[in-house]
Amino acid sequence: MEEITNLEAIYAVLRTVDDPELPSVSVYDLGMVHEVAIDGNQVEIKMVPTFAGCPALDFIGVNVQKAVETLEWVTSCQVKFTMEHQWSTDTITEKGKQELKKHGIAPPPENYQPGDEWTVNCPYCDSDYTSMENVFGPTACRSILYCRACRNPFEAMKPVVKPLHTNY
Amino acid sequence: MSEIIETPDQAKQDPTYFQALKELLFQLADDDLLIAFRGSEWLGLAPHIEEDVAYSSITQNTMGHAVMYYNLLEALGVGKADILAHDRKPSERRNGSYLEKRNGEGTYLEEPYYDWALAVVRNYFYETFKKIKLEAIANSSYQPLAHVARKVLMEHPYHLAHWRIWMRQLQGATEEAKKRIQDRVEEAWNEFADVLELGALEADMRKHQLIMISAEELKAKWLEEVNNVLRETPQSPLQQKYGNGRNGEHTGDLEQALDTLAEVYNSDKTAAW
Repeated sequence: MEEITNLEAIYAVLRTVDDPELPSVSVYDLGMVHEVAIDGNQVEIKMVPTFAGCPALDFIGVNVQKAVETLEWVTSCQVKFTMEHQWSTDTITEKGKQELKKHGIAPPPENYQPGDEWTVNCPYCDSDYTSMENVFGPTACRSILYCRACRNPFEAMKPVVKPLHTNY
Repeated sequence: MSEIIETPDQAKQDPTYFQALKELLFQLADDDLLIAFRGSEWLGLAPHIEEDVAYSSITQNTMGHAVMYYNLLEALGVGKADILAHDRKPSERRNGSYLEKRNGEGTYLEEPYYDWALAVVRNYFYETFKKIKLEAIANSSYQPLAHVARKVLMEHPYHLAHWRIWMRQLQGATEEAKKRIQDRVEEAWNEFADVLELGALEADMRKHQLIMISAEELKAKWLEEVNNVLRETPQSPLQQKYGNGRNGEHTGDLEQALDTLAEVYNSDKTAAW
């Protein structure tokens, strides 16, 4: 019973650790937390990196560690990035998607298949009268778009999913 | 069917397995490191600002892929990832020789007369190759490598699509654009062959199912892919003018790249970052 409460306490903390570039979007809601293991007073957290070239990973690791170690019963927390499971934009939570919009970032499309046409609604006015200005944006995970309806530039999360026709 | 190897310790039990794995990891790491370094030299110089954003994003991500392979080598006890990237002699490097080639005349700081046609052709050829090689590694017997390959393959479609669009656009543009692309294609035909090689330990890599494709099949698939995009595929066989980078044969351009890349590191090798 205590185990469960401790686990819940850790997840509650993880929901408060924000992405360094996106205050209010937690690493939990971005789908980066893979596994939490508790051994007495020791905690080990396995996380999945978003894009491999993301320079924020080290900061995220340290922020998660510090936050979890603020729990009174935790003596040490280890954060490991694992490649065993691949992050995909499908793992972003509903709350994560809502918070992204507040930053002017459209969430990734749902049930996206590689090669599908990819339409993005404006995060400000929800119009679909938008255009892709640059598939690549200020960070590896984002693209730059423009809303022709409300005339605002905005960003969108690139869909990242497993390629089709793979045998793995 | 070769067994699945899950940990570095298991990988080290069979010396031929370990050697072949190291060799393959150095190829993957050094290829991405060099193409990303040459990409970084374009920062601020791309034809327009949106391209600068795109190319630097691709380059940063590609450097991140190199880091993952160096980390796998570090986990195998080969050395610290930073040192493997910065402090190995040219003769120990396993990247294809075409990937180390300078971007054009001049240097980044002075008169960088770089050639965009070279950037487009080189990156398109490289990304096409990278996809085929990684698809053959996604089921590698070495699990940690298979996981990294799958991760890279999820990000890579954006890179390949970007350079494929540039190829198609420029080949359908002005006469000058067509000629400049075609000249670089012909040039690459004389220099690219060793990129498609798997090096001296190919037989062991195949036997241990580290990679599920032979160099010959890799080359055939690559030719088929690029043939769909090239306006005019050269009829001559692919050559490796600068020798075989997979066996440590390199040009002065690699030394220049490593000197620049490691300048800060070399100024104080014990500094903590």
